[in-house]
Amino acid sequence: MAVITGTNWNAYDGATMTAREIYGRTLAHMAEYNDKIVGLTADLEKTTAIKFFADKFPERFYNVGIAEQNMFGIAAGLAKAGLIPFASTMAIFATMRAGEQVRTDIAYQNLPVKIIATHAGISFGHAGTTHHCTEDFAIMRAIPNMTVICPADGIETSKAVQACVDIPGPVYVRIGRGFEPPCHENDQYDFEIGKAITMRDGTDFTIICCGIAVLQAMNAARTLAENDGLSVRVINMHTIKPIDREAIIKAVMDTRRILTIEEHNVLGGLGDAVGSVIAESGKGCVFRKHGMQDVFSEIGYAEDLYAYYGFDANGIVDKVREMMGMEFEADESWEDE
Amino acid sequence: MALTAEEKRKLAQIAKELRVTIIDVMAWSGGAHVGGSLSIVEILTMLYFKYLNIDPKDPDMEDRDRFILSKGHAAAGYIPALAKRGYFPEEELKSFNHFRSPFAMHPDSKKIRGCDASAGSLGHGLSMAVGLGLAAKYLKKDWKTVCLMGDGECCEGSVWEAAMSAAHFKLDNVIGIVDRNKLMIDGTTEQVMALEPFADKWRDFGWKVLEVDGHDLDALDDAFAEAWSAEGVPTLILANTVKGKGVDFMENNVVYHYASADSAVCEQAKEQILKGGE
Repeated sequence: MAVITGTNWNAYDGATMTAREIYGRTLAHMAEYNDKIVGLTADLEKTTAIKFFADKFPERFYNVGIAEQNMFGIAAGLAKAGLIPFASTMAIFATMRAGEQVRTDIAYQNLPVKIIATHAGISFGHAGTTHHCTEDFAIMRAIPNMTVICPADGIETSKAVQACVDIPGPVYVRIGRGFEPPCHENDQYDFEIGKAITMRDGTDFTIICCGIAVLQAMNAARTLAENDGLSVRVINMHTIKPIDREAIIKAVMDTRRILTIEEHNVLGGLGDAVGSVIAESGKGCVFRKHGMQDVFSEIGYAEDLYAYYGFDANGIVDKVREMMGMEFEADESWEDE
Repeated sequence: MALTAEEKRKLAQIAKELRVTIIDVMAWSGGAHVGGSLSIVEILTMLYFKYLNIDPKDPDMEDRDRFILSKGHAAAGYIPALAKRGYFPEEELKSFNHFRSPFAMHPDSKKIRGCDASAGSLGHGLSMAVGLGLAAKYLKKDWKTVCLMGDGECCEGSVWEAAMSAAHFKLDNVIGIVDRNKLMIDGTTEQVMALEPFADKWRDFGWKVLEVDGHDLDALDDAFAEAWSAEGVPTLILANTVKGKGVDFMENNVVYHYASADSAVCEQAKEQILKGGE
């Protein structure tokens, strides 16, 4: 178990703090009880909010300058000596600039380096497409030993950061800029890596999503219930790998219509992970992947981009309505299952 | 303390045996990076038979010195050195490169007893060494981390990221070695991508540089002794070597960067090695 005691959640207010800040504060808090935790960044201690840890534990914090390859190599070395490094930079640099260090130095040697990557997806929209990252799930999923997590909000980020310490191997936790409102009212729920959370139950349709899409999917489900009389299940698939197969298959059996939503290319991410489980189950259903349709993202503030790409509640409602009109071939043995 | 005559005789004998085993590995494996393995024989011998504080019976000993073969393609020299040091029987080397062998062209720390790091994608080792050096400082341990790189490897930008950080963090517990054999796959380092003034580059990055003949046991002994007692700055041992050292037709011959050889050639090579230095 993670050595966390006396956590005062009122101190980490999901409504007023970014996911990043909650991450930094959580890490600083955990490190009080675990002297194996060390921290690294590549000139982004304020940006990634690992500064909260750095200020409290300067003797075990390393800012390596703008050198991400070196940072992840160093993290591997620290882990080899029995420490638990948390390394933070933007998702694009963690997964691509330092991709080989992450794969070969960390994952291949199965070292417990925790990669907390910020500014993922199109959350840093106005930074331009160089700083967007809509390929990281695909890259990290394909690396053996790697656990891939995308928390829904700040509260869940805190839970993910705490839970990942117990994983003996590498973990990739993907967060955005974290300005969005929280989707969890408080931390009084169970978070288990690899186990999806049903945010709202439903019988007509299932939305399987992660990250910022979870709150929007819940808002969409509410609208669809009120205006269309639809019962929409919302599954928060916070762990992309290992994926919760059971939750997916149950959703297929119960609702027969599945929409995945991810702030990521539809190739190689959550949608493909869910689609593989459905295909292997042999069960027919209406299935669509909502996300970046294999394009580089436009420039703009995140909320404008979310609306443009249909990641907001309106966009999701449209998708669901479109899919409600689609036919699928019922499986003859359906009732036997 | 300088090597005694007896010490030197023993170390030279080990080096000679290691060279012979490298040729054997080339034969057993069907091909090996023989040139860059022969060039580091004296370095490996000094480390594994004099300087590294290690225990083959307890390969994970907490306070051991760490060694990273960043130029992992010299596994054909490194892995036999581990065998000779007693981590596993030399007989096992016969599986080199074959189906499900722990031994391949590049070393795997999860499969090889005594191997501290999987490496061989060039430019990765020194960063890991910096991480180990930082860990030792944080944990208040005295162990050293030694990282052996190739000269061609130093084209990789990540080497210099790591070099900069080792000096920045004042890692006097990290010892870098560059096997300066002056050849890379496509030609000499100076033709392909000039490294000179090479020692100056390391000095400018904040390292103390000790330039030595990488085949001279006495010179290496002095350099390691100095590196082991470094204070405040990391040490780089720039070891001038000869690729293919010990076998005349392999020496300074790019063809033997990676090569296979038939048994006649192997016998000829071994004969030369055994006669050498007599």
